Amino acid sequence: MTADAPFDIATGSWKPKRDRANLIQSIVKLVCGAFAAISIFTTIGIVATLIFEAIAFLQEIPLSQFLTDTKWTPLFSTQQFGIFVLVSATIMISVISLLVAAPLGLLAAICLSEYASPNIRRILKPILEILAGVPTVVYGYFALLTVTPFLQSFIPGLQGFNALSAGLVLGVMITPMVASLSEDALYSVPRSLKDGSYALGATKRETVTSVVLPAALSGIVSSLILAVSRAVGETMIVTLAAGANPTLGFNPFVPVMTMTSFIVQVTAGDAPHGTIEYKTIYAVGMTLFLITLALNIFSFWFVRRFREKYE
Amino acid sequence: MDSNISSRPSEVATPPRSKFKTNVSGRYTADRIFAAAAWTATGIAVAILAWLLLTILIDGVGTLNLNFLQSLPSRRPERAGIFPALVGTIWLMAAVAAISFPVGVGAGIFLEEFSENDNWFTRAVEINIGNLAGVPSIIYGLLGLAVFVRIFEPITGGRSVLSGALTLSLLILPVIIVATREALRAVPSSMRLAGYALGANRWQVVWSHVLPAAMPGILTGVILALSRAIGETAPLIAVGAAVFISFTPPLSPAGLQTQFTAMPIQIYNWISRPQEEFHYLAASGIIVLMTVLLMMNAIAIYLRNKFQKQQ
Repeated sequence: MTADAPFDIATGSWKPKRDRANLIQSIVKLVCGAFAAISIFTTIGIVATLIFEAIAFLQEIPLSQFLTDTKWTPLFSTQQFGIFVLVSATIMISVISLLVAAPLGLLAAICLSEYASPNIRRILKPILEILAGVPTVVYGYFALLTVTPFLQSFIPGLQGFNALSAGLVLGVMITPMVASLSEDALYSVPRSLKDGSYALGATKRETVTSVVLPAALSGIVSSLILAVSRAVGETMIVTLAAGANPTLGFNPFVPVMTMTSFIVQVTAGDAPHGTIEYKTIYAVGMTLFLITLALNIFSFWFVRRFREKYE
Repeated sequence: MDSNISSRPSEVATPPRSKFKTNVSGRYTADRIFAAAAWTATGIAVAILAWLLLTILIDGVGTLNLNFLQSLPSRRPERAGIFPALVGTIWLMAAVAAISFPVGVGAGIFLEEFSENDNWFTRAVEINIGNLAGVPSIIYGLLGLAVFVRIFEPITGGRSVLSGALTLSLLILPVIIVATREALRAVPSSMRLAGYALGANRWQVVWSHVLPAAMPGILTGVILALSRAIGETAPLIAVGAAVFISFTPPLSPAGLQTQFTAMPIQIYNWISRPQEEFHYLAASGIIVLMTVLLMMNAIAIYLRNKFQKQQ
């Protein structure tokens, strides 16, 4: 209790300082509430900043040109602002990464939850955590200086900067996310379903594919969507490995430029405030934010709509 | 009994030919293939991690020496070092910890201890924290660029350590808040009830009993959040971490307002150079970065184990 409670020696009674304690509590509650409100201010700040600068951008470049132009050259003398050039590169790299992460992550999750003994799980889970904790610059180094030469040895015509190695390494980076979220989903399937399946004579594989996976499907799909959202927003791997050549198209063997690598390229340089180049990074940032927001909201909605409740 | 059966063969029931193909051996073979696929996927993930770490080690251990740790970066690879980046990272992490620890823990305490009824404020904060966790880190960089570098320039000094620290703190705030809430929730309510029974008010109970009990869990979460922040590159580039800096920021409050660089930025810069010698330097820098990361994670795991033993 409070150590400074006044002790009235004469009467032998002890009065706790309740007013002071309650005052301190009110102050602390206010301060902590303000700290909690910072999260609201952060969201408001992000949305306001993006909207403000994007509107300033759209006042110079009409939305129709932004959406339908076929080249992206805002830093050259003839400026063109077709956002789909960047979006196509982002989509292509994200699809490649999903093609890597979905089977690897899902099978790893099944292995961890169904086939691995507790000892092995105790070793494997930290390894997956390490994979998830590696900084993205390191993955970028790996993609540019190790994976690309490796791929070049058996893919003729693969350029030094290309979307394929960026996509593959990005897939490896998001695999732990898919694996751990899917494993949570698999773990939450009640044991009674699995026991019932075994009782009917199904093998382990049949149980997993016909009973457990459909039951955990909402969690698994949600993990894939969140992983794609992470891949869309990833910056350093694509900046280092995929190059800086905006091209509209879906060829993975050539250098491309994604939304994130454009933002990095401009902010690493010197774009004075108020110029069209400065406003362009916010227009691209707004597009990126809307795409990831849509993916996250879709993932929440999907889980809410399709989750099986087993209480 | 035997004679009865053999003398009336027509009345012995033979099981009718089953409509279902049991195909037991085929199903078990498919089982083995499936299990092999699951284990292979896990093995591939582990193998890629090993490949990554080995490549970095082999590439970087050659140039990793005391000279490297103490020199400034330069255009001549044999004289370049990582010292300003190392100091910058330490300075940055100290500032991030000093900002995000009180704010994150305070917000977590507010959400967990001070808000009983599900009012709109609590719900808004929780939704915002969930959303902010999914926002790409480069968007935080854009927010930092607009707000901390430009609007708050008198306080932060523009493209300075303080702007970078504030941006990174916002980035890891959701992680710390969630970790704090989990740690607080793990404290048994009997402790709180005993405090109330002795006449303490809510803050006194939290400060003197709940918070010390939850502190190992909170510290684990904070360390893991910091180890995420230490590897972030994109928001720092957006906020203006200088990619080529030849002085170390002074370790004083005035130093908070100076330009800075950090280890991921320096590594990114070295990887982007075409000369191969810089790539080896980048690998050495990565070894330094990963060593710091591993130490932080080891401390976090040690704290987590100690915490679980106390439970």
